[in-house]
Amino acid sequence: MTGAGTWSLGESDYTKITAQLTDLLKESNARCAMVVDRTGQLLANAGEALSFDPTVFASLTAADFSANDQLAKMIGEPEFASLFHQGEKESMYLADVARKLILVVLFDQRTTVGLVRLRVKQTVQDLTVVIEEMFSRGPETGGGLLEGADDEIDLLFGE
Amino acid sequence: MSMINYASREINCKLVYYGPGLGGKTTNLEHVYGKVDPEQRGKMVSLATETERTLFFDFLPVDLGTVRGFKTRFHLYTVPGQVYYNASRKLILKGVDGLVFVADSQMERMEANIESMQNLYDNMTEYGYDVTQIPFVVQYNKRDLPNAAPIADLQAQLNPGWEVTEAAKQKAVPDPNNEGEFLVEQKDGMWVARAPYFESVAMRGDGVFETLRHVAKMVLKTLS
Repeated sequence: MTGAGTWSLGESDYTKITAQLTDLLKESNARCAMVVDRTGQLLANAGEALSFDPTVFASLTAADFSANDQLAKMIGEPEFASLFHQGEKESMYLADVARKLILVVLFDQRTTVGLVRLRVKQTVQDLTVVIEEMFSRGPETGGGLLEGADDEIDLLFGE
Repeated sequence: MSMINYASREINCKLVYYGPGLGGKTTNLEHVYGKVDPEQRGKMVSLATETERTLFFDFLPVDLGTVRGFKTRFHLYTVPGQVYYNASRKLILKGVDGLVFVADSQMERMEANIESMQNLYDNMTEYGYDVTQIPFVVQYNKRDLPNAAPIADLQAQLNPGWEVTEAAKQKAVPDPNNEGEFLVEQKDGMWVARAPYFESVAMRGDGVFETLRHVAKMVLKTLS
């Protein structure tokens, strides 16, 4: 491997992920849920409208997870598969999905961490199936989009 | 790791600004933040200490235009330059699509530059990435200072080039940004390639966008 590679999120992947997030929210009574990749890019979200910048939130989520991964290794654990941040009113629960993505659930006093955790387990399993399929497609799908777009890229950068 | 999002019609790529402490990485991002239309950039986040030294990273998302109907979104990250923070620095490199090494041109910072460049190669290797194969640009910052080392010295120390073994790539490539210089050339009987370089004064914004545009273009070309 020479670089980080490319992958793509298709519209059907997006629909499947969003449907799973919606089910999760309905059954856990959480406020909103999102899926972020390990480099901090937001793939999908569902639930209440976000009152913050989702791009920034996604990048911080990935950093949070990466830092905790390293802490896990230092104490002899292969990983922390989930993280829980408890606030006075709002809390968040983060869970690893297939070592590639992170599922983030925001919730308040209308539910409990126990219920969220329980329901997240199921969603992680369901999402794993979608995600493994998505990543197994490899870079071909992504490579195709910009194939032969050299001139357009040159134009974009003023050459 | 670039992601093509067909649902939102976006191409997302990650660029990392690397280099020694106080070299101007954060200043690069601040200049971009200040100059780009707010519609085309997100919020800039800095995880810094109370003395404004980067502790974990700075982050700034920017849109650089549209290709094939897809918005090109670049996530710019800086790393903490101080040697002490290597663990968090390494984390930021995960999934990187393009690299900018911001060198401090001051003569007395040569050692720090070399150490940081070595550290970059080491950290990339640990992820299984090859610096010579991914979009990589070197920026020589602080060119306005009287104690700035000559470009030739900086190039010799930080960007001497790597051997080109692939026969198809063994041909001279002039450097479009620096007249009379080459990105690929034959030297002492061996073909070598170097990372493109730019001179900058990030405090004034000189060279900042040239660097960003160049590395962004290199990243998009890897997808084409």
